[in-house]
Amino acid sequence: MAKEKSKSRFVYVTYIRSTPEEVFQAITEPEVARQYWMHENVSEWKPGSPWEYRAADGSRAVRLLGEVLEHTPPRRLVITWAFPSDRGNRAKHSRVAFDLERIEDMVRLTVTHDDLEPGSEMERGIAEGWPRVLASLKSFLETGRPLATWAGKK
Amino acid sequence: MRPALDTDKVFKALADPSRRKLLDALYATDGQALGALCEHLDMTRQAVTQHLEVLEAASLVSTSWRGREKLHYLNPVPLYEIYERWIAKFERPRPRALRELKKRLEGGR
Repeated sequence: MAKEKSKSRFVYVTYIRSTPEEVFQAITEPEVARQYWMHENVSEWKPGSPWEYRAADGSRAVRLLGEVLEHTPPRRLVITWAFPSDRGNRAKHSRVAFDLERIEDMVRLTVTHDDLEPGSEMERGIAEGWPRVLASLKSFLETGRPLATWAGKK
Repeated sequence: MRPALDTDKVFKALADPSRRKLLDALYATDGQALGALCEHLDMTRQAVTQHLEVLEAASLVSTSWRGREKLHYLNPVPLYEIYERWIAKFERPRPRALRELKKRLEGGR
């Protein structure tokens, strides 16, 4: 328990004028994700199956990987999350939960990223990345246009 | 409380110095309970609660429960939307203009 407390957590929320089904697809279907995320989440989406986060360019490079812990469309998706170099080091795997809830004509998407090592490169990266990705996802689903998700970034 | 989609709520939430201080406090240490946040502000617990409600309604603060403790997290997603809409748009043409100028100056050398 003490160990778990020393890990950090981030909670991001965005309200999107869309349906839970659409938002869930936008996360799990590579053809949709590449349009606003510039990356794809590739998996068979079964509990225990591997998950890869790939660059949606010619390189198709695997930037992150993990495992599917829970897949309950269109309400909840939980995956583990790590750099490929930490594949074998479970202690460095963090956890991401996507929770989708319909609220009137909107979807509240909550992304909870926990089990992060405080001060780590991963923590810095996700703290910068999630707000961009979620803002772009919202823009993409509501207007058909993504934001410049990684503007100013490599 | 009906959540905000409109930018007005975000700007209004940001217009108050105590609320900006709360956001700074969460930026420094994310995931704080009400009690800890009260220590940063010379205000009653009730006033801090109200400010947090405004921030939550604007989606600038998200919450999560740990046991019976409600923890508050900084949610910069709306800030990024504002950044894209109201800042980046006006910033972007400038580097291009500077590049053009550089090209002209160097070309004319």
